[in-house]
Amino acid sequence: MTEPTIFELSSPGRQGVRFPDSDVPETALPEQFKRNELPLPEMAELDVVRHFTHISQYNYAVDIGFYPLGSCTMKYNPKANEAGARLPGFAFTHPLQPVETVQGNLALMYGLQEWLKEIGGFSAISMQAAAGAQGEMVGVKVIAAYHQDNGEPQRVKMLIPDSAHGTNPASSAMSGFEIVKIPTDCDGNVDIEAVKAQADDTLAGLMITNPNTLGLFEQQIVEVIKVVHDAGGLIYGDGANMNALLGIVRPGDLGIDVMHYNLHKTFSTPHGGGGPGSGPVGVSQKLVDFLPGPIAAIVEEATEDEAPFYDLVTPKKSIGRVKSFFGQFGMFVRAYNYISMLGPVGLRRAGEYAVLNANYLLALVKDTYHVPYDRVCMHEFVAEGAWKDAPDIRALDIAKRLIDYGFHPPTNYFPLIVHEALMIEPTETESQQTLDKFADALLKIAEEARSNPELLTSAPHNTPVGRLDEVKAAKDLVLKDRSLEK
Amino acid sequence: MFTPHTENERQDMLHAIGASSLDDLFQDVPAEYRYPHLDLPPAMTEMEALDNLNYLAGANDTTRDLACFLGAGAYNHYIPAAVDNLLQRGEFYSAYTPYQPEIAQGTLQAIFEYQSLVAALTGMDVSNASHYDGATAAAEAGVMALNQFRFKRTKIIASPAVHPQYRQVLRTYLNGYPQLQFVGDEPDSNPLEDPNALADLLDDNTALLLIQYPDFFGRIYDYTQLIEKAHAVGALIAVAANPTALAILKTPGEFDADIVVGEGQPLGIPLSYGGPYLGFFATKKEYVRKIAGRLVGETTDAEGRKGYVLTLTAREQHIRRDRATSNICTNQGLMMLAATIYLSLLGKQGFTQVANLCYQKAHYAAEQIAKIPGFSVATTQPFFHEFIVKCPRPVDEINQHLLDHGILGGYDLGQDYPSLSNHMLVTATEMNPKHEIDLLCQILKEESHD
Repeated sequence: MTEPTIFELSSPGRQGVRFPDSDVPETALPEQFKRNELPLPEMAELDVVRHFTHISQYNYAVDIGFYPLGSCTMKYNPKANEAGARLPGFAFTHPLQPVETVQGNLALMYGLQEWLKEIGGFSAISMQAAAGAQGEMVGVKVIAAYHQDNGEPQRVKMLIPDSAHGTNPASSAMSGFEIVKIPTDCDGNVDIEAVKAQADDTLAGLMITNPNTLGLFEQQIVEVIKVVHDAGGLIYGDGANMNALLGIVRPGDLGIDVMHYNLHKTFSTPHGGGGPGSGPVGVSQKLVDFLPGPIAAIVEEATEDEAPFYDLVTPKKSIGRVKSFFGQFGMFVRAYNYISMLGPVGLRRAGEYAVLNANYLLALVKDTYHVPYDRVCMHEFVAEGAWKDAPDIRALDIAKRLIDYGFHPPTNYFPLIVHEALMIEPTETESQQTLDKFADALLKIAEEARSNPELLTSAPHNTPVGRLDEVKAAKDLVLKDRSLEK
Repeated sequence: MFTPHTENERQDMLHAIGASSLDDLFQDVPAEYRYPHLDLPPAMTEMEALDNLNYLAGANDTTRDLACFLGAGAYNHYIPAAVDNLLQRGEFYSAYTPYQPEIAQGTLQAIFEYQSLVAALTGMDVSNASHYDGATAAAEAGVMALNQFRFKRTKIIASPAVHPQYRQVLRTYLNGYPQLQFVGDEPDSNPLEDPNALADLLDDNTALLLIQYPDFFGRIYDYTQLIEKAHAVGALIAVAANPTALAILKTPGEFDADIVVGEGQPLGIPLSYGGPYLGFFATKKEYVRKIAGRLVGETTDAEGRKGYVLTLTAREQHIRRDRATSNICTNQGLMMLAATIYLSLLGKQGFTQVANLCYQKAHYAAEQIAKIPGFSVATTQPFFHEFIVKCPRPVDEINQHLLDHGILGGYDLGQDYPSLSNHMLVTATEMNPKHEIDLLCQILKEESHD
């Protein structure tokens, strides 16, 4: 079944909300500026509420069930986060208000910056970046600015492992770097010899994800970092997988110079159907001056009687602003609440149980699904979704069949270095019972792949729509309601 | 918190793994760095944590406590109750990007409807699924224009009457591209000059002309001629537009703009101290393959049922990697949904009414302020809901005085434009009843006496 669009539900003359009549004398808008026609839908409030309630029910979500989407850290989003961000004192503050009227906001931003510094082992944090991808762009631009400032503009080479997220090379290329791909060694680590081969005075840095996208902790991380540092390069840490490291190890202590956090992964702010994210960036001491601003800071220390006074400051050699105002503030409130509620013990517990859950699931399925690098994993692992004796079955079919069992599929076809990859990240908020049920489903599907492959290739079976024709979508390009096409 | 494991379950799971303790799982982590002491406050219960947030929130003055005449890129509008109620459905906010379309039709249909609304509002052919905010959408327009000309054109003209932060973000984004020229908004340019003067800067090296509508100062111009001239040299034109104004104003599409971007915050998104907001981005059909960000298209399944999918994904970073023209992964999902619900609720009539109320209140305010000795309205051009007031004294002093009387005054333009010191950008919306405007004028009158 399909739900009509808001345009199809429109009935001329309906209106969902009314506003007060004007209480001031009328001024006419000059005719030459007036638009002729405003083709918006016309609906009653109930029409709108039912429509969006209906379509919401076509979604799968963490609140509905298990969502082991690798690399995305689909942990539970606590309801208290939502309540906090909606407090009128936060929600109804204008970003350009005088700072003395928003000391609560600035105290929260400052507090969160301090906590993120502590959790990651960095010297300073900028909250500006709107998402992980933007945080990455910031990190890369900070590295570029550092080398420029150091009088070494010839450092243009950025090393990126072949297991990296696609955003890494995209961000680097956008910032004018030349990308050198680094292979993965037989243990699933960055190939240190390949890094050594690039260690010269044109080296700008290395972008590293740790744990990497295979879900493995880089066993030679300290040595790899040393090679790059000795050659004058910097280390960019992709914080996408920070959930595995909470309270376990601080990336800054390992020598990472700049890293973005994903508040929407690690710190439980909701994914929102694809945003808003939030990608604060932490840096080591030598990069502090290059961060994008403005950043919340204490400009008058607290006294016995008075709270400190906060203001917004921009670092001296800042790469500039990357977003209007100060970042995704509503997400800061949520992350702040989450860290408050976990404390140092709870954060470590989150990290430990994220890893426990992943290894437990791995133990349950690895005899059935080939896992190319057989090591203790961190918060996620990557299995192959294909078997020699089930030639018609691909990872995609397994993913779609999991939907029939009531689960969200894992990430598939990433990382690119694993054949028919299924990337599974359970997160710490799932119980043993949920993991058992999911493992059972995976094992049953493996049987079905041999006994009744058609069940997989025609899956999913009970969704509002079946597999959709993506070729037709790209060919016809219907990108808006047909009633608007003239 | 939020980990369901009992002690028994933990032991059972470790046993299944073949580990004797949790520490066994972390042997790859160098021992000297393992388990750092984290100097953080001890865990709070939900009750305590929310109490603490209440305390922090209480330390702010809000646009509910104060009469707000501040805009400059973020606007105080009424948000109907149904918007947030629907946003709080876990099916929407605890889902991720619609990678599996069969179980993400809710998000996908909402994006499709959002794209339709933005296209309708801007008068353009197609809209993408959104960007982080208005400033980053403007920056993406810059990236798109450079790519369109394969970096053979290296000049970007930005009107000084484009939001200063949009121009700053554009510069940060494009910093890595060699030999770029930014012109039009030099510090010594006259920010209030007629935009048609920008035509003198156009040449066959111009990739993009960026203008704002209504501009940062609230002024409304017909850009038809300027855009014609820019097209004559082959440049692309991006217009940053206020979505509320588009309810009653001619669309940038009618001016033949190539790209329309803007800040979607006025569409049902709380001020929330500057974020999360919503960047909209619309263009002509011919540039659809050059757009950054996500696009949703309609299609069918094997049984002919209508459905929606992410489309033209081959443009994106996860496929093209270093050849991608943008590193964008997602969109501003929940904010896009808020705008879609808001526009559905207000509809054609409600949205027109809001825009008209903004226009009326601002014009009443301007008329009244102009009568106050020492103050004058510096905006001579037709305007939407913002206008410039020339003040007899520094704006921060006047704002301090207004604040003492419960009024959040306008934006101090001297911060961005040295030639506009003592000039305040005043905004009015449907949220300002007549008595608030009268109070503003009364307090400003006191200023003129001091």
